[in-house]
Amino acid sequence: MKKNPILRETSHLLIPAILLFALYVQFHGDYGPGGGFQAGVIFASAIILYALLHGVKSAEQVVSLNLAKTCAACGLLLYAGVGVVGMLWGGNYLDFNVLADNPIDGQHWGILLIELGVGLTVASVILAIFYAFTKFKK
Amino acid sequence: MMSLITDLYAYWISVLLMMVGLYIVIDHNNLFKKLIGLNIFQTSVFILFISMGKVDQGTAPILKDGFETFSNPLPHVLILTAIVVSIATTAVGLALVVSINKYYKTINESEIEAIEREQE
Amino acid sequence: MHTPALQVIIPLIAAPLCCLLPKSRLAWLFTTLVSLSTFAISVLLVWQVHSVGVIDYEMGSWPAPLGIKYHIDSLSAFILILISAIASITLLGARSIIEQEVSHRKHALFYTAFLLCLTGLLGIVATNDAFNVFVFLEISSLSTYALIAMGRNRKALMAAYEYLIMGTIGATFILIGIGLLYMQTGTLNMFDLHDRMPIIGGFNSVHAGFAFFTVGIFLKLALFPLHQWLPNAYTFAPSMVSVFLAATATKVALYLLYRVFYTVFGFEFSFSTLHLGAVLLPLSIVAIIVSSLIAIFQSDVKRLLAYSSLAQIGYMTLGVSLQTQAGLIASMINLFNHAFIKGALFMCLACLAYSIKTTSCEHMAGIAKTQPWVAAAFVVGGIALIGLPPTAGFISKWYIVLAVLETSWWLAIVVVLTSLLAVVYVWRVVEQMYLCHPIDNIQQGTPVPMMLLSCTWVMIFLSVYFGIDNRFPVRMATMAAEVLMP
Repeated sequence: MKKNPILRETSHLLIPAILLFALYVQFHGDYGPGGGFQAGVIFASAIILYALLHGVKSAEQVVSLNLAKTCAACGLLLYAGVGVVGMLWGGNYLDFNVLADNPIDGQHWGILLIELGVGLTVASVILAIFYAFTKFKK
Repeated sequence: MMSLITDLYAYWISVLLMMVGLYIVIDHNNLFKKLIGLNIFQTSVFILFISMGKVDQGTAPILKDGFETFSNPLPHVLILTAIVVSIATTAVGLALVVSINKYYKTINESEIEAIEREQE
Repeated sequence: MHTPALQVIIPLIAAPLCCLLPKSRLAWLFTTLVSLSTFAISVLLVWQVHSVGVIDYEMGSWPAPLGIKYHIDSLSAFILILISAIASITLLGARSIIEQEVSHRKHALFYTAFLLCLTGLLGIVATNDAFNVFVFLEISSLSTYALIAMGRNRKALMAAYEYLIMGTIGATFILIGIGLLYMQTGTLNMFDLHDRMPIIGGFNSVHAGFAFFTVGIFLKLALFPLHQWLPNAYTFAPSMVSVFLAATATKVALYLLYRVFYTVFGFEFSFSTLHLGAVLLPLSIVAIIVSSLIAIFQSDVKRLLAYSSLAQIGYMTLGVSLQTQAGLIASMINLFNHAFIKGALFMCLACLAYSIKTTSCEHMAGIAKTQPWVAAAFVVGGIALIGLPPTAGFISKWYIVLAVLETSWWLAIVVVLTSLLAVVYVWRVVEQMYLCHPIDNIQQGTPVPMMLLSCTWVMIFLSVYFGIDNRFPVRMATMAAEVLMP
């Protein structure tokens, strides 16, 4: 598919736009529809589009399978870690009110951080699933 | 009689999809098609949940000045979680089907049973 | 004071950390330490519940019923300590047989999936929010499918696939039940649902929700006729996964049955208005008789023990269907003792699988001469399974017969006769082990590692210990039954 000029040029225009849209959806989760899971899927779909056009090997140079597995673990650890920080700073598990000076800012920070963790995990997991299926030896 | 159908059309659609999904899971021999039936079945449950979250003349559950009535956001959150669970289940199922194809060279359930019976 | 949350969070945080560990031995050590710490926390919870009564913990400091609340009472603490004890003993002996059965590059992922399964099972028991139960149920189920698929035989893949299809349908039925209840009450907290049940009890949608819950829970419990996934899943899974699943997965589904039908719907609504007992009683009796009969004709011992598990689940639901507090106590004591007995028997089979690489009955001929300790452990476990004194199985059967005698005497005869069926299938295996001549080309077999053998004997010892000193299970079961049926 690399040889087809229409696909190549369109993808060079679209892939950055998709990645930017994924970041927009990620950070606007508390103002509109969006959040970690949707953003993660859109982010992964951009990289999968790149892999479909230029081959899985080129995509692996961008995001390797090991990086995907590590990021998946780190996203979940970020989510759980925010909860543990809430426990250490006085409240119950996943208490956001204690994360900043006033509860409203605390809730804001809490949601941002855990949605970041979710987005990271979801994007890496979907990429890892894609790599696992394409590299499966018959 | 007609109001039984027109007032409750969301539930009719949901139950119809539920039955279609379950029938596909039970009837088809192809392992992939069973997974698709499972997906349809789970999607019908999502429709059931979301359709009951809508408040009459309520807008989307996003705070904005000028709007008084909002739809219930809790079913949306529950279904987000359930969609993720459904995707994870489909991914595990697909991985199993790909591995089964590697070992049995077929994804037809009756052929797999025949192969296993010959081996015994 | 954070103990209910820590009980679930510690294995949850340990799972991604385990995924990052490079060496297989390090992953095993880490997983074992984490499960021992969950056992310590569950002991702490039992002690706290003894002194305080109930422990409530609000996640995120949101007050219930707005937020998710973890509620630990006698029943939850009882099941929590059971699950964490089984997980710890299983993992302590698991290293050598996992190295033999699972391919090397998958070891870290195996232990990650094990930790996620443990998280899911602990979460189902600890939480008081209906949807949270569904989430943890799916976490534990998905990791179980992955664990079963790592078995040595290629039939493990088909077994995992069938379990996936049936398990997902069951969990989705539970989700539909939760949705229908939420539609009528607007809340997901179990105690809040119970408070609102008298007002909405007459609606058709609540009855439909009850039916969906029933089918979903029966499927997860593997009660006849929704049991088809269990024999294949237990037979072809890796040996230690069979041990863990046989001892915990169906027990947690039984806990879910207690919670949903006694706490959420209430005893009068479930048994008097909707006649759950009339459905449970015949299904339990058929499960006991048919499963014991099928077990007699199995050639693979793991499959035999799987069908035996189906029969024991029938005894547990028989206790529930009697609609008395004595029946409920008998069911809970059966739950506790059977976990240790079945775990011990499957661990004996794990030792044999390590040694002679197979679990088929005819290949075990004369194994008592080469592996005397394993064969002796199987004999003691078999005695416990049949229900002879002084083992824990006798205590379970005793309480069941006492509870059944309160309602009808012919049921007690059925219970005693079906225990005789257990004698038949246990004796088949014991006869092969002790009295038959070994097949010539089966060699000595690799010697069983000391850790695996000692963990097997720890479980066997506990099966016998709880038959002699049964104060702990009986007291915990009585307090738990008081909570459910005041």
